[in-house]
Amino acid sequence: MHELVRNRVDAGRRKVLKVSGGLGLLGLFTVLGLVPSFARAGVSREAFDAMTLSEAFAALGGLIPQDSTLISLSAPDVAENGAVVPITVETSLAGVERVSILADKNPTMLVASFDIPVGTDAFITTRIKMAQTSSVVALVKANGKFYKASKEVKVTQGGC
Amino acid sequence: MQSPSKIRASVKDGVTEVRVLMQHEMDNGRRKDEAGKLIPAWYITEFKALYNGRAVLTGQFGTSVSKNPYLVFRFRGGTAGDKLSVAWIDNKGESRTDEVLIV
Repeated sequence: MHELVRNRVDAGRRKVLKVSGGLGLLGLFTVLGLVPSFARAGVSREAFDAMTLSEAFAALGGLIPQDSTLISLSAPDVAENGAVVPITVETSLAGVERVSILADKNPTMLVASFDIPVGTDAFITTRIKMAQTSSVVALVKANGKFYKASKEVKVTQGGC
Repeated sequence: MQSPSKIRASVKDGVTEVRVLMQHEMDNGRRKDEAGKLIPAWYITEFKALYNGRAVLTGQFGTSVSKNPYLVFRFRGGTAGDKLSVAWIDNKGESRTDEVLIV
């Protein structure tokens, strides 16, 4: 009986050691520069938990975006495979700092957010997953203000 | 260890166009395996593209980016023969950095 308890304790201790050893190694790699450093810029991670578009807009900057015809959002009218929906966002707005892509009816509606440094075009192409037919929204932050454009994409087979 | 990102960067008329295919499952945590068990979420959370050490694009992903994330973007400048690198990190802390020469 006693032996059994001790074995369990040892097993537990080994697990703890293993976990902390792993963290130590990751820490060492970070120090050595083997793990790329990511300066926590960009949007708050909480923005990815947003359940509604207004929640997402609030998490992305707290402002109500205004519709802009200067944003071009290309997406298919009908996406047969919701797992791979090609999206291109391009804008002629001046002073673009960030481009975010949202899919209204996805469980995780904020898909991706891109920070555009000076010298990089306000142009991005990517592929997203869509759970069902819904609007896709491109949210652009330019000179501290928020603008958006949206497009309805009919999804034949959801791919979330 | 994850597979390397496929990167192509080409400069034309002073603009470098970069195409990236990062190789990653991008599991959203809602899919089930054959035994009906949920596959835990596993996805790239952040990436950055550097040209001569300068960020030319950074971004954050959620779970709705397609498997094997694909990106196309363009930046001003860039010289053939210079290095362009793309690094990512996922929600498990795994990361990868790959680089190519601009053509």
